[in-house]
Amino acid sequence: MSNLLEVRDLHVTFRTPDRIVHAVNGVSFDVKRGETLGILGESGSGKSVTLRSILKLHPTHRTRWSGSIRLEGDEVLDMTGSVLADLRGNRVAMIFQEPATAFDPVFTVGHQIAETIKRHTGKSETDAWARAKDLLEMVRIPSPAQRLKAYPHEMSGGMRQRAMIALALSCNPSLLLADEPTTALDATVQIQVLLLIRELQRELALGVIFVTHDIGVAVEVSDRIGVMYAGKLVELGGVEQMVDAPRHPYTRGLLASTVHGGMRGRRLEAIPGAPPDLAEVPAACSFAPRCKYVEPKCLAAPPPLTAATEGHLVRCVGRIDTLAA
Amino acid sequence: MAIQSPSLDLTAGAGTGVRLTPVAITRGYWQSVARRLRRDPVTLVCGVVLLLVVASALAAPWLGLSDPYKTSMIRRLYPIGSPNFLLGTDELGRDMFSRLIYGGRLSLFMGVTPVVLALLIGGFLGITAGFLGGRVNMLIMRIMDVFYAFPSVLLAISLSGAMGAGAENTLLALTLVFIPPICRVSESVTTQVRGFDFVEAARASGAGTLTIVRVHVLGNVLGPILVYATSLISVAIILAAGLSFLGLGVKPPEPEWGLMLNTLRQAIYVNPVLAALPGVMIFITSICFNLMSDGLRAAMDVKA
Amino acid sequence: MDSVLSVDRGGPAQPLLLAKNLRKHFPIPGGLLGRATRVVRAVDDLTLSVAKGETLGVVGESGCGKSTVARLLMRLIKPDRGTMILDGDPVDEPHGITVNELRRHVQMVFQDSYASLNPRLTIVETLAFAPKAHGLPHAEARGRSRDLLAKVGLEPDTFADRYPHELSGGQRQRVNIARALALRPRLVILDEAVSALDKSVEAQVLNMLVDLKDEFGLTYVFISHDLNVVQYLSDRVLVMYLGKIVEIGDVEAIYGKPQHPYTRALLSARPTMDPRRRTQEAPIQGDPPNPIDPPSGCRFRTRCPFAESVCAGTEPVLADTGKQSVACLMYVPGSGHSKAA
Repeated sequence: MSNLLEVRDLHVTFRTPDRIVHAVNGVSFDVKRGETLGILGESGSGKSVTLRSILKLHPTHRTRWSGSIRLEGDEVLDMTGSVLADLRGNRVAMIFQEPATAFDPVFTVGHQIAETIKRHTGKSETDAWARAKDLLEMVRIPSPAQRLKAYPHEMSGGMRQRAMIALALSCNPSLLLADEPTTALDATVQIQVLLLIRELQRELALGVIFVTHDIGVAVEVSDRIGVMYAGKLVELGGVEQMVDAPRHPYTRGLLASTVHGGMRGRRLEAIPGAPPDLAEVPAACSFAPRCKYVEPKCLAAPPPLTAATEGHLVRCVGRIDTLAA
Repeated sequence: MAIQSPSLDLTAGAGTGVRLTPVAITRGYWQSVARRLRRDPVTLVCGVVLLLVVASALAAPWLGLSDPYKTSMIRRLYPIGSPNFLLGTDELGRDMFSRLIYGGRLSLFMGVTPVVLALLIGGFLGITAGFLGGRVNMLIMRIMDVFYAFPSVLLAISLSGAMGAGAENTLLALTLVFIPPICRVSESVTTQVRGFDFVEAARASGAGTLTIVRVHVLGNVLGPILVYATSLISVAIILAAGLSFLGLGVKPPEPEWGLMLNTLRQAIYVNPVLAALPGVMIFITSICFNLMSDGLRAAMDVKA
Repeated sequence: MDSVLSVDRGGPAQPLLLAKNLRKHFPIPGGLLGRATRVVRAVDDLTLSVAKGETLGVVGESGCGKSTVARLLMRLIKPDRGTMILDGDPVDEPHGITVNELRRHVQMVFQDSYASLNPRLTIVETLAFAPKAHGLPHAEARGRSRDLLAKVGLEPDTFADRYPHELSGGQRQRVNIARALALRPRLVILDEAVSALDKSVEAQVLNMLVDLKDEFGLTYVFISHDLNVVQYLSDRVLVMYLGKIVEIGDVEAIYGKPQHPYTRALLSARPTMDPRRRTQEAPIQGDPPNPIDPPSGCRFRTRCPFAESVCAGTEPVLADTGKQSVACLMYVPGSGHSKAA
């Protein structure tokens, strides 16, 4: 199947009066139609910046992009003006951690969804409201006709998150970008929203990129998972490959340091130290200073992303295969 | 194995014994504020201009200027650039340059003093209201609201009018005008700081209220309050000048920019540029105070 | 400054902290003249005991009142009613100890590592603040602060004179933990203390918490929404829903044989971590209701798959079922619920 999205050697640099941040340093991946790619990383890993770059959401005057982002063959990084607006409105949709950012508190949810539909499709008022009601039904909001008349603050957190998904899907996008959409939700609500995203993705054959810091969430929704560290993908593979046989020392450390049942009383395997400052482009493996398998060659040059097995890419030059997991 | 890594310690082990390295080099808050200020040309220029105005006003008697009170009927309204009178003479033949420099003494004094007084009183009331909250807050802030009901210009005029003209009454009136806004700003920043977990943590440590205010609140609220007060100085200078212009402030023959503007009114058709000079001084000083306050605010907004 | 209270008084069997029937309702300002017309029922009739040396985990979703419990136990807010007893001494009562004495023995770590540090103070100043407020001389307080920094894994020479914004999130949270220990407390309340940290850093801090507990003989109340972390750290676990305890018991019992339908739902809402056995259906639907007007009777009944009409009329009380206590009519014989014996 053809690729919906192709990201090649993406670099993103921010300039502020005080400093320069090399947030993304050469990221490449593909997303197919009907596939969910989970991007897992900790704060400052560049996962959100990568995601937002697909819509060029960063302020252009202090952001520098290089590389290529192709959606259905069209180069996103070259888009400006109305082409970019069309991309943001019709082809790619995004949902955020905080639904409050997506809705205007002074209009009803129905009004906002209907307005968006009218603006992008030119439908009549009645048709737009009918479509809005269908959308709320689709995201399993009970009694959707009444909920259309509700203001955002009259909805609970989980309901608002569903409404935001409805808004995102209102213009039939082919790609859905999700930036930690369940992080602020309670556990019993989080699982509902995760299941919803999974179902919608299947029903609508959407391509989804799901950014999260939570391994459990990534495993629950993804077909493939990419792990980011210091602005680079350090490992990318199918979800089963990643859970069963993680290869990069960082992925292994992350799995080992994630607390789960059955670890009680055992000492946790923490990754020592902290992620590097991104003021400079890394000249070696960024994880080397925290890696227990570090060797001199790790510090000689940035390691390439190589295929360990079919469809499983790892950015590590160490002899990890010979080391115990 | 020699590993040269600028920021991370490879000898670290897992767990508690880990030596964690800092993410930035140590720099105190005020040091970083100063560093940002040094990089802000607008604020720097404003600071230099203000410094010149203030220094020349303070040092006026020792600058060898001609007597600002000495009138002469024969050399009235000399134009700018006349020999011996760099900026000409006013309607009574007094040296404009000298009067503008001397005028700064009173004008700046009338602008800065009420703000400083209002800062002390309004700041105290506002921090008290903000930190204690509840009924105390309600009482203080409702009283302030009463003052807020009048536009500041009207309030200053009516107070000065009621108390009679003169520098002291102008000071008093302006102080009263500036207490409510300073109090309100102080209250809101204090309320904000009071809500931070570190104040809660300080309360949890069993420290007394005064200690908490001194250590945890003042350090965090004084900056924003001072910045706000700086922006008020320009308003105060304009208001003081306005009161003098209306004849409610400083009395002639004292050199004061507002009053000079008033008395030079008649000369506006004869020598408009000359007549506008005191206004130019007011404009330059107040805009410099304003821009500097903006620059300070930007520089003090250090988050990470 | 270490008072008599620092030593164990009642022996190991006497609970370190006992809270009885604590209630806290927050009025919502509104209505005419700012008069409160409605209240948030944050904590209702909460009774718990914390044994010496144990870790009591508190779990629940947002709005369940777990943070209010933390602030009540520290007396940062005053309960509407209820009593507290610290190792045999009633708190804030005649013949008891004062709130300030309580606070010396009960300390707290907050979730937001940045907001809980004064940005204008250096780390050593922050740590020395409480000891100085309690009369320790300046030099001694600073010395103690540097020792504490070393204890939480931060090199004193490197970190003492830094400002909070120069530290990473994990480092700041270490400082917050050090500050909580500065008064040599007996009980430390950790309110979502590791929730904002990245996983790799969280593990470091959890290991450290275990070490510090042994070294200082501490007792923890560990509040979190993360069930895995609570399971890892706690000896006993308390589950809250809308201001009430629904289940409390040993960690093995709660995680191994949860009884309350809410506890079961919470546990099965956790991601499986197994791509072959993904969750197929959400254990319960909907969001937690607003604590302003909680449902009558059992507060969980609006989301409970086993709710019956009797649940709306009768408010279940905590009842011992062997290894744990549960507030559910299904476990009360003769309650009228069809599943009850």
